[in-house]
Amino acid sequence: MKRTSLITRSGLALAALALPAVLAGCGGASTTSSGSASTISVLDYYNNEPDKSFIGDALNQCAQKSGVTLDRQTVPGSSLIQKVLQQASSKTLPDVLMLDNPDLQQIAATGALAPLSDFNISTDGFAQGVLQAGTYNGKVYGLAPTVNTIALFYNKDLLAKAGVQPPTTWDELKADAAKLTSGGQYGVAFDANATYEGSWQFLPFMWSNGGDEKNIATPQTAEALQLWTDLVKSGSASSSVLNWTQADVKDQFVAGKAAMMVNGPWQIPTLDKQAALNYGVVQLPVKTAGQTEIAPLGGETWTVPQTGNKAKQAKAAEIVSCMNSDQMQLSMAKQRNTVPAKTTLAAQFASDNPKLAVFTNLIKTARARTGELGADWPKAATKIYTAIQTALTGKASPSDALQQAQNNG
Amino acid sequence: MTTTTTTRAATRPQPLAGPGSLRGGRRRRETLYQWAFLLPAAAYLILFFGYPVVKNLVMSFQDYGTATFYTGEAPWVGFANYAKVLGSSIFTTAALNTALFTAGSIVGQFVIGLALAVFFRKRFPLSGVLRSLLLLPWLLPLIASGAVWKWILDKDSGALNRFLEAIHVVPTGVPWLTSTSLALIAVVGVNIWIGIPFNVTILYGGLQDIADELYEAAALDGATGWRAFRYVTWPMLRPVVNVVLVLGVVYTLKVLDIILALTGGGPANASQTIATESYALSFQQFRFGEGSALGNILVLISLVFALVYLRASRRSVED
Repeated sequence: MKRTSLITRSGLALAALALPAVLAGCGGASTTSSGSASTISVLDYYNNEPDKSFIGDALNQCAQKSGVTLDRQTVPGSSLIQKVLQQASSKTLPDVLMLDNPDLQQIAATGALAPLSDFNISTDGFAQGVLQAGTYNGKVYGLAPTVNTIALFYNKDLLAKAGVQPPTTWDELKADAAKLTSGGQYGVAFDANATYEGSWQFLPFMWSNGGDEKNIATPQTAEALQLWTDLVKSGSASSSVLNWTQADVKDQFVAGKAAMMVNGPWQIPTLDKQAALNYGVVQLPVKTAGQTEIAPLGGETWTVPQTGNKAKQAKAAEIVSCMNSDQMQLSMAKQRNTVPAKTTLAAQFASDNPKLAVFTNLIKTARARTGELGADWPKAATKIYTAIQTALTGKASPSDALQQAQNNG
Repeated sequence: MTTTTTTRAATRPQPLAGPGSLRGGRRRRETLYQWAFLLPAAAYLILFFGYPVVKNLVMSFQDYGTATFYTGEAPWVGFANYAKVLGSSIFTTAALNTALFTAGSIVGQFVIGLALAVFFRKRFPLSGVLRSLLLLPWLLPLIASGAVWKWILDKDSGALNRFLEAIHVVPTGVPWLTSTSLALIAVVGVNIWIGIPFNVTILYGGLQDIADELYEAAALDGATGWRAFRYVTWPMLRPVVNVVLVLGVVYTLKVLDIILALTGGGPANASQTIATESYALSFQQFRFGEGSALGNILVLISLVFALVYLRASRRSVED
């Protein structure tokens, strides 16, 4: 019977997390005790092709330079942190650990990571947002070789047919989206689901208008939420945005069911495979012409966990440093449609890859999600998506929804 | 079922150790054997049921966050976690949703399950094949059926809305999963679909045990059709019905995967239950203390129904 095996999930799952703590004495000691540093373990979440190979090749090149062999493990993105917590409690953390940038400070706060300054890794030339994301309590714990953000993708054919230009302001966005909506086709698609992904998609609208995550119950944030609410209420965006992931949004765009979408450059390979799809990318509209768009910074950092083995940590640091070298930043950026984290490299990269120019431009002023609140960001992100869902379902006005969410932390 | 194992294991030694005619040494050895036989089951229960339950209980009184995993430090906070989850605005919504979800699912599963079980009591060509096809929802991985149902129920391109539009029942797509008033209903509907096989199987088994002579006797007295069901089937089936309902409640209270796959508890917490909220607290926000506190509240509610089940099954055994 399948159902009996599900006995109180939460209890069992919690136990599964806690068990390693007890069993640690049985088998987990090998990584900390062995002195040799010939094999370096790596944990990351690039478990799908082509990223899996791109990152794997880069790691192997770095390992070769340092004269070590790699023992690499990839897990799905959603289970990375659970895996890291398990390993932290059983003292089996990998030598090199990849962390999504908004998670870095939370893990650094536990004490499980070593500051990169211990290994004399240079942090010069990295974009402000990248350092912001990698810094906890004044020390840099992780560096991202390449970064990304989100922008507005538009279907050139559909826009030409409707006779509209890509929008630059919110009013234009609303007007264009309305004109582009007919039959089974919606003007715009975005991700407003009840996860951190929904909050991430909302940030550029909120930040560019002067909103702030410290207190979301402000008129500026309410105006941004009003825009999203208007788009859904007027029917220019499907109410399904409440349940879509960024991948679902991309599917809608590819199928021609959305003329515009908010999404990131990691979708470019899939979009390019569609021969019939003729698309362009512009930065996200701002409320009034002249405002600067403040984009949220995306991308994964490489860190050196505190494993207790100094020799291995030194080798691991070499690999982290190598992964962030100029050459690696450029090659990975090109392969993975991301932007090099160093500003000078990014400028050079933009001129060579005009398709990514919009993203490269946005990274200069991009803000890290954890820049202000650090390890407390998840709480703010939860408030933001809660307010989005409340307003978009019509349960409360945008300003009331934000006020409720802010009070209910 | 763990509960029956414990009671059986606990009661078994008594009659064996009871008689005083045996001599002291032999009796001691007997007792030793008894404990040796108990050991594997006891070890299993302690390791896989006792430890998690105790750990979860302890965790709910601690400030157990991400740092705890590395440092091992989890400060004792008393009832603070319970106060926080019970006082949060989501709790009332989640508790109400849990009650509606459970009641809706149980009523739907049971009524349809019983109707199908009675229907299949009559033998007809292919009845065996059809009855085994009914088990299908049970055999599919929940994540797979969840993904398919999410597609079926999609507002714009879902199969259900396409069908309803084609037969002109609705003018435009119904937002099954994205409307605050429909999401819970949609999730209950899918959960009913999943629960029917369990109900049919157990109730069909119960029906098989009712002797045909009873129906013949009832028919002679003029009770056929509905009256036969009312005066023969239903009273005879009562013990089985009790078990099905109580087990159903316990299973449904903690349903997690299907809700996560369909709506993730949304939109705006419209399908958030205590189970999904507990999961979100623990595994998305990593507030394990609060998550386990909420989990324990759910365990407590389940326990009440488990006790009802134990009493019901004991009564049916005595009958």
